[in-house]
Amino acid sequence: MDDLLIEFLTETSEHLDIVDVEMVRFEQDPNNQAILGNIFRLVHTIKGTCGFLGLPRLESLAHAAETLMGRFRDGMPVTPPAISLILATLDRIKQILSALERQGAEPSGSDQDLIGALGEMAVNLSINEHSVAAVQAGTNGTLPHQVLERELKPGEVSLDELEKAFREAPGPETTQLSSAQSAPQPPSLTRDALVEAKSGKAPEVGEREGASAKVQTIRVNVDTLEHLMTMVSELVLTRNQLLEIARRTAVDHGYKVPLQRLSQVTAELQEGVMKTRMQPIGNAWQKLPRVVRDLSNELSKQIDLVMAGADTELDRQVLDVIKDPLTHMVRNSADHGIESPADRRAAGKPEKGTIRLSAFHEGGSITIEIADDGRGLNFDAIRKKAVERGIASEAEAERISDAQVAKFIFHPGFSTAAKVTSVSGRGVGMDVVKTNIELIGGVIDIRSEQGRGSTFIIKIPLTLAIVSALIVAAKNQRFAVPQGSVQELVRVGSGSDHMIERINGTAVLRLRERLLPIIPLAKVMGLSEDDGASEGFVVVTQVGPQRFGIMVDEVFHTEEIVVKPMSSKLRHIPLFSGNTILGDGAVVLIVEPNGLARMIGSGSGDGHLATEGARDEAGSDEDSATTMLVFRGSGPALKALPLSLVTRLEVIDAAEVEWTGGRPLLQYRGRLMPIVPCDEAMVVKSQGSQSLIVFSDGDLTLGLAVEEIVDIVEDRLTIELVADRPDLIGSAVIRGRTTEVVNLAHYLPLVAQAWVQAGTSERRGRSVLLVDNSAFFREMLGPVLKSSGYKVHMAPNTMEAQQVLVSRACIDILVIDLDLLERSSFDLIGQLRGTAAHATIPVIGLTLKHDPQQVALARKLRVSELVSRHDRRGLLAALAESNPVMEQAA
Amino acid sequence: MTTADIRDLQKAKTSAEPMEYPTVVVAGQLLGLPISRVHEVFVTSEITSVPLASPEITGLLNLRGRVVTAVSLRRRLGLPDLEDSQRRLAVGLEHKGEPYGLLVDEVGEVLKLDPKVMQPTPGHLDARWAGVAQGVHQLENRLLIILDVDAVLEFTAERQAA
Repeated sequence: MDDLLIEFLTETSEHLDIVDVEMVRFEQDPNNQAILGNIFRLVHTIKGTCGFLGLPRLESLAHAAETLMGRFRDGMPVTPPAISLILATLDRIKQILSALERQGAEPSGSDQDLIGALGEMAVNLSINEHSVAAVQAGTNGTLPHQVLERELKPGEVSLDELEKAFREAPGPETTQLSSAQSAPQPPSLTRDALVEAKSGKAPEVGEREGASAKVQTIRVNVDTLEHLMTMVSELVLTRNQLLEIARRTAVDHGYKVPLQRLSQVTAELQEGVMKTRMQPIGNAWQKLPRVVRDLSNELSKQIDLVMAGADTELDRQVLDVIKDPLTHMVRNSADHGIESPADRRAAGKPEKGTIRLSAFHEGGSITIEIADDGRGLNFDAIRKKAVERGIASEAEAERISDAQVAKFIFHPGFSTAAKVTSVSGRGVGMDVVKTNIELIGGVIDIRSEQGRGSTFIIKIPLTLAIVSALIVAAKNQRFAVPQGSVQELVRVGSGSDHMIERINGTAVLRLRERLLPIIPLAKVMGLSEDDGASEGFVVVTQVGPQRFGIMVDEVFHTEEIVVKPMSSKLRHIPLFSGNTILGDGAVVLIVEPNGLARMIGSGSGDGHLATEGARDEAGSDEDSATTMLVFRGSGPALKALPLSLVTRLEVIDAAEVEWTGGRPLLQYRGRLMPIVPCDEAMVVKSQGSQSLIVFSDGDLTLGLAVEEIVDIVEDRLTIELVADRPDLIGSAVIRGRTTEVVNLAHYLPLVAQAWVQAGTSERRGRSVLLVDNSAFFREMLGPVLKSSGYKVHMAPNTMEAQQVLVSRACIDILVIDLDLLERSSFDLIGQLRGTAAHATIPVIGLTLKHDPQQVALARKLRVSELVSRHDRRGLLAALAESNPVMEQAA
Repeated sequence: MTTADIRDLQKAKTSAEPMEYPTVVVAGQLLGLPISRVHEVFVTSEITSVPLASPEITGLLNLRGRVVTAVSLRRRLGLPDLEDSQRRLAVGLEHKGEPYGLLVDEVGEVLKLDPKVMQPTPGHLDARWAGVAQGVHQLENRLLIILDVDAVLEFTAERQAA
């Protein structure tokens, strides 16, 4: 059975359970529109899903039930027989579902008894209630207004529309309904159609069932995960306490080694638990290509679905909430947005329409855009409808802007679709989407241009997500600044190149010939009265078009934090987007850069500064930019390292350094850390303070002694020349200054041979193509490989990988993720093996699971080595050993 | 609160169905909380103050991996802060699905009292106190004010969103 079907089964049985309960509630409280709305939506969802999965029996049952409920929504009195009938229908749906689960295909049989009864009930009741003639004729749009004056609230579907829906909606019961009054018996014709439709689908389903009989995943209650996470956090805290005790006691009672192990396992456990909650948004998009394909067939349109940013990670909970709205919106775009090929040709557009889905992190939120290049919103029609529905008066509708008019589509039941299809147009839609998104604190907006297309923009605050944050301190209080908005760090004050200057008492920083408005964090937070502090760091932040600097006293490290929402009592404070618990157990507030940006906007006389950043950095190529830590050794030359390699920056009291056998060591976090001077002339101090750059990888920790930490900058890492010094990779121009790029791999063997198994010289110049769909892993592995002397090319998917391979024939080694890209990775490798240029290219597969099938496939395709995605050392070792593979006889 | 008090009380009120009230002390006043609302009593860890928050909120603290909003009962009642705030005790509560820690001076014993004999709050009590009190129990030699947990935690947050 395929995953879609399995997911559908679980989801639908959940939905049905809710409908059951709600139905009973509704019978007791027939005037409760909220309950009815909920039931209607759920049944609508079930119907929609059945539709594209090709389950005609279920679809027609749900459709008939929905139609009857539509009547209720329209104000028809709710009678116990009607409810019983719907409940009986639900039971039938459940029966079919359980058969579906057992057999993998819809069982044969007829539901005409129920469908007929439902149809009859719907027609009879509406006849009793309203004018028979008007309903049957279904021509006059104004008549229902008279009849239903009281019930027809703004946003409700009028009677004639329902009637129209009722008639035009495709479904096996169409013929049945029109003849319902005279003949309630199922016409055999319909059944034939059903059987035919079924037989067309059945073999496909059966085949899938055979392919994978076993379910590889289980659904876990989020509460369980939440609880697990809490427990792990507690474990981390306890571990930290133990480490603290171990650090204080000089005598080792033999528990330090097990403690170390415990510490490691805890860290891994924490990482694992965190990961269970995070999922790439692509998971929510999985269904969409199929939805779009089916729809384009059904609607005879040509639609291309483009997806970007599928690896943007989202909290599972958020993902669940936005999944349905996204599907709905894509369906909407396909149905209403994209025109028919003929219309498109007439409008001078390519026949094939495009729906573009993209997701990315921006500021403190995740933005999802659904854009189509279709006809755009028909503002006039919406205005007319809004007036009809009484949402706006005629005068109002004329006056308000198109942008505001577009927002009307978020009103409940608002649909301008000329005809109601099984896809959309029943008025269950954008209001539900909006409600769902607002439920998780998100906002939805629409931009539309008539004839050019529409774009829906969904912004979800990162409240539930995990973000990377820079930990800073102002007046001894620590804060987390989301890394996403941080551009660079500048040290200011005496001894650095930058100084805070003041214009009429307002702090600004001259940064590369521009004036950057400075917000002193301590003052904004009310921790200190004066903003006179001029020593510290400026966190250069970009929010939308605004660029400003946050002045802090200290900058610590970056940390992946789990954002916890602010308590409702504190949510009104615009400066914080949430809070988090750091590794050491302290609660830290997460600064909301948007909130700070607004402070600038409202500040007097700062307006001209606030817009300053818009023109900045437009040309910089983000993809190839690397964040570098710039520091100084003994000499005046600047040195740099990719920041992603750095675990922590420390300034220690030099007196704490111990010398063992002539080598400096430091007791650091419960273990001994070797200290290596960053160049030969550099002497590890014996008094005063010593700056250290700490690297760690598994068991090994290394402190690189440096004279001073200068800056953290983001720039393209173009290594200008290869220096003939082992401690340098080369030199690069970083931020306009020549900087020596340090080869970390040089220092590591000084500490432990295990870090690197082979010399760096021989592999210098070999180029590696890293294919991984996670930006985070690319970011992490890229610099590791670069610093080990490889030329690194990166691609997020196999398509781009292929382009790189074609355009740069000199790729020596392919490192490719096998889990996330799944089949396409193997396809790519298979293709490469078939080409002359790459038939022998060594391939290293990154994987997490130990799936024998995967291993077998990898072996068949002559993948040189499978390495765990987290095993950096393993990867380096595999790279060092990789040789062109031998041709094998097939 | 002496054990004698409790014994007296128990003797007098065994007939009715007693309710349990964990007691706390703030500025010398004995206060009781409905046991159904009290999750636990804990010694606070380091509290992170939240700039711009309403004064009642002392800050946020980490209670076994949950972020708990610490509310000072003293400030809530319009009392000055305690001088020595090294080791602070808090009562863990839940209000509208969110965890709170109510900071108190001391934590007393759990008293069994008959809710029927609870007296209404005297009308001339300070508004801040009257607003959060459910009623008063007359113990042998002191008064026990029963707090309405929801009222205690229902203070306006928007006061100084500057």
